[in-house]
Amino acid sequence: MAVDASLSGRTFPPTPPYVVSRERIVEFAAATGSTYDGGAAPATFPIVVAFAAMTGLMEDPSVGISLHRVVHGEQRFTYTRPVVAGDELSATLTVDSLRQIGGADIIGTRSEIVDGDGRPVCTAFATLVHRGEDR
Amino acid sequence: MSGWTAGDALPEQTYTVTRADLVRYAGASGDFNPIHWSDRVATSVGLPGVIAHGMFTLALAARALDTWAGATGRVLELGCKFTKPVVVPDDDTGAEVTVRGTVKQVTDDGVHVALEVTCGDEKVLGAPRAVLRA
Repeated sequence: MAVDASLSGRTFPPTPPYVVSRERIVEFAAATGSTYDGGAAPATFPIVVAFAAMTGLMEDPSVGISLHRVVHGEQRFTYTRPVVAGDELSATLTVDSLRQIGGADIIGTRSEIVDGDGRPVCTAFATLVHRGEDR
Repeated sequence: MSGWTAGDALPEQTYTVTRADLVRYAGASGDFNPIHWSDRVATSVGLPGVIAHGMFTLALAARALDTWAGATGRVLELGCKFTKPVVVPDDDTGAEVTVRGTVKQVTDDGVHVALEVTCGDEKVLGAPRAVLRA
């Protein structure tokens, strides 16, 4: 089943605040072979919050996405500032575009990630490829 | 990073990726998709075996950027397409991912770097690129 065309332009509720502890940054840095120097978190750390926003989209029963048919096609981040320990991050996802190619839905999403004061930290753009039933 | 000019090739970085790394990354990132830890599930969806998270591979590219910049927190923009999977065998050797970078241009908004991320002879990320604060 194709995703409903009205999905394009839709904005989902913000994800619950995610408190970035020093330990979480240490863990993420270590998992990618980096060392946390006490300053900026690794550049891809915001995926943790962006992933939560994408999960909100994919698990919303009104959207019609089958989770096991989704492939992460593309990811891009633009940063206002690096993530640091003590941040309280929340992501608000908007579906920017929706196309159908060869039976697959190509879903372009943008998650605006803000801190506890609502100030922008980074924007995560993700393209999700939702393959059709017969493939 | 001062003194970087267009055309500069940045020193190649090679990283080893094992199954243990993927398990650790799953926990750190919250992405527990079984194609990144279960051969049974990976092969059932047509993959040759367990593959690395695309975001894990992009994190390795970010790690190379920090190494080249000599500091963390300088990345202003980072992105790629996930074109080919990095298959990670269940052994002690794992897979090798190589990150190369070339300075494309240096402008007021930063240093633009074109990346090349390969596993074996294959490019695993499509058009990976970054902008670093000069």
